[in-house]
Amino acid sequence: MPDNPFRRTKPEPVPPVAASAREKTLPLRINGKAFFHNGDPEMPLLWYLRDVLRLTGTKYGCGIGACGACTVLVDGKAEHACMLPVKSLAQREVTTIEDLAGKDALHPLQESWIAEDAIGCGYCQPGMIMAAAALLKRKPHPDDADIDAIPNLCRCGTYPRIRAAIARAASAPVEGKK
Amino acid sequence: MSLDRSRRRFLVTSAGAAGALLVGWRAQAQDDLPYLGARFAPQQLSDFVRIETDGAVVIGARGCEVGQGVKTGLPMLIAEELDADWSRVRVEQLPYGYIEADSGPGDRYGDQGVGGDAGPAAWTQLRQAGAVARWLLVQAAAQQWNLDAATLRTESGFVIAADGRKLAYGDLAANAATLDAPANPPPLKDASQFRIIGKPARSVDAREVVLGRTEYGIDSYLGNTLVAVIARCPYPGGTLDTLDDTQARQVTGVHRTIILPGPKSDAPFDGVLAAGVAVLADDTWSALRGRDKLKITWKPDPSWAKDSSAGLEEKAGALLGDDANATVVRNDGDFARTKKAPHTTTLSARYRLPFLAHATAEPPSATIAVTKDKVVLIAGVHDPDGASQLLHALTGVPREAIEIRLPRAGGDLGRRVHNDFVAEAALVAKEAGVPVKLAWLREDDLSHDFYRPFGVHELTATLDRKQHLAGWSHRVAATPRNWRNSQLAGKPIFAGLLDADAFPAGLLPNFQQLFHALPCGLPRGELLGGVHAFQAFATQCFLDEIAHATHQDPVVLRMDLLGAPRMLRPGFDTGRLAGVLRIAAGKIDWQHKPKNGHGLGIACHAGGGAYAAHAFEVSVEGNDLVIHRAICAIDAGRVLNPLNLQAQASAATLIAVSATLHEAITLKNGQVQQRNFPDYPLLRMGQAPHSVDVHSVDSGADPADFHDIVAASAAPALANAVFAATTVRVRRLPLMPELLRLI
Ligand code: FES
Ligand code: FES
Repeated sequence: MPDNPFRRTKPEPVPPVAASAREKTLPLRINGKAFFHNGDPEMPLLWYLRDVLRLTGTKYGCGIGACGACTVLVDGKAEHACMLPVKSLAQREVTTIEDLAGKDALHPLQESWIAEDAIGCGYCQPGMIMAAAALLKRKPHPDDADIDAIPNLCRCGTYPRIRAAIARAASAPVEGKK
Repeated sequence: MSLDRSRRRFLVTSAGAAGALLVGWRAQAQDDLPYLGARFAPQQLSDFVRIETDGAVVIGARGCEVGQGVKTGLPMLIAEELDADWSRVRVEQLPYGYIEADSGPGDRYGDQGVGGDAGPAAWTQLRQAGAVARWLLVQAAAQQWNLDAATLRTESGFVIAADGRKLAYGDLAANAATLDAPANPPPLKDASQFRIIGKPARSVDAREVVLGRTEYGIDSYLGNTLVAVIARCPYPGGTLDTLDDTQARQVTGVHRTIILPGPKSDAPFDGVLAAGVAVLADDTWSALRGRDKLKITWKPDPSWAKDSSAGLEEKAGALLGDDANATVVRNDGDFARTKKAPHTTTLSARYRLPFLAHATAEPPSATIAVTKDKVVLIAGVHDPDGASQLLHALTGVPREAIEIRLPRAGGDLGRRVHNDFVAEAALVAKEAGVPVKLAWLREDDLSHDFYRPFGVHELTATLDRKQHLAGWSHRVAATPRNWRNSQLAGKPIFAGLLDADAFPAGLLPNFQQLFHALPCGLPRGELLGGVHAFQAFATQCFLDEIAHATHQDPVVLRMDLLGAPRMLRPGFDTGRLAGVLRIAAGKIDWQHKPKNGHGLGIACHAGGGAYAAHAFEVSVEGNDLVIHRAICAIDAGRVLNPLNLQAQASAATLIAVSATLHEAITLKNGQVQQRNFPDYPLLRMGQAPHSVDVHSVDSGADPADFHDIVAASAAPALANAVFAATTVRVRRLPLMPELLRLI
């Protein structure tokens, strides 16, 4: 399918606050860009991404680190954005689903996700893909146990297709049943 | 173009950004072309189909996509008859289409409910929309070539003449737009000619979803939107007692609070679900911090203040002890007499089912702007027509000025049937005078839901001296689903909990179903599986128990009950149910029971023209249940999109597995005890089978909705497999905690 031209474009992320702002600002690096936060330093990254930057690909599911819908990469590792106060992110590089493969490009996982038609309602999928991306970074050929250990929840029960998509992206043959 | 505007409305033909031309399927008066909209006021077919000058076909999807595949499936029906090139079709989500016609209010695009692709009616309606479009393109080509339209054919976006000349749809669109639709519906294709229907098609939204660009309701903003979160009364039917919001209002970013009165006691849950205090803030985080600072006390409704799951179970036991006041759902023959017959064996078992929550991936949320003369709502809703009526009632804004955008929704499972969150958002936004984005947190969602009812089933079977089933009694004490539910108003008390026609009704001469209503203050509603899952778990587990007690094979026992293939009643063909049962048994290799501590279990169910059977192979390893194989055999009539059918059957299976193994909502001191996923565990990757092998029978019969049926047969098949692996019969759900207790 070609890109859907009817998608309403999201507002561009807010421009960085001038460093001269009176308040103490918190420097953040998200998707390769610099941002300066001068709100509550306790605000979890999840709400900063969603409500302030309007990067809504990172989803809310539980707010307590129990579902994985908000998974982002922090310095290449999977983290729950709902559990990270922005003040903990100084000097760290955050990557969200919107920039996993750079603008408009598809990560091999995103390609394999499409090929396996792995989405149900799709809500958990950005988090799943980020969790899988961190896994492949750590272990390019994960085995079943590695995939089993992905803690993200999918209410739509797409687990078998997610498993297939990860296996496809890793170009590793799916192992036999447990 | 000359058009008689009194009789037809011409749709926007403005060129799109890319210079696209809209084929003008104008609306015509309904009596002009009754076939275009039997149910609905003037249909604007143009809203379903638009053809760009480059030949790309844009098809409107009318149903709200919650993961069930309507956004892909319904456009396939149109594309089929249009003979479009599916790979070049673009799908565009339609908003809710309210239309004010002479004959009264109508739905411009037809049924926009979540289940929009299930019935044969949708098939006919949408295929006709495509067929009319194709007919107009063919007429346009015939005029251009000066040929008889009957000699032309179409394929993949082209009209083709007998001599091989071709014209692309894109080149014909402008002329086709000037023609009148045919007076009679053009004939539809025979199934043998299908090129798109029945072929696997991937989700049209996949790319946007995996890039994180899909905007769900929870992701939408409308200008200067304030975020609202609500502290809701934890007691069903309770009210606000005292409120001190001083500290909450001092939180940076918090604007104000708004009190929402709860529904009137005993009135239907047609608006908000509970009394609450809304906190409005610049962002979700500030709103949440503000909510934490509210000092509130609530007053429980005295009728329900003491409700508890343990108390309900006790009451259920008492009710089942005396049938004098029971509602008779079905009574064939004389069950009581079979008990007294000589040499009768009587078997009996009780199964306990807890309340269940929907826990949709995207919790309820709604973004809304309310002004005096206009409402804009962005929300994943299951019933946009109901939402439109509700918004009209709450705001006074005329329905034609209520715009409802239908973003992709993060799951439904029946939760979005209710528009309570829409009502909350509307009331808050109306009071606040600014656009509001209402956010439900997971804690809100689990503690304020329309729960799948709680119930205790008692099944009793009588067997004659040859161990043949002579009588069957199914008695249930449960919290009625139609309590304060206007959607089920006027329906019998057992509606949605007992189906008088469910298997094995009609297959035994002496058969009774009785229902006892269990009063409780917790709101109840529809959950995936519905009446089928509620009932079939008990029925299909009990059949397994009978088979075991009488040394019969569970498959043979079911086959004997089904008997010769026949139409037992409309929508229930015993042969089709036997067919899927046979497939499931064959695929799991039923004849060869594993000897390594693994167990096989099987079950089946049918309803509404859909048939499903499941077979599982499981073992218990330590504290874990390992599902080695999962087979789902399904016959849901003609298959629209086999890839989606596989996905949906697998999903319904795993959602049922999740509910069966782990999920329960419990009540204590009149309050729901669960708060978040740690208390309401969902199935995880490592607990799910590596695949669900779906085997579908394309019987060519009318398409039927199968989600509930699949969910219904999955759960008991799993429980039966657990019994086979462990010899422990679990009669109380959720299964895992009970199994570990019994083992
Ligand atoms: S929202 Fe962060 S883990 Fe669930
Ligand atoms: S696809 Fe719906 S929650 Fe995973």
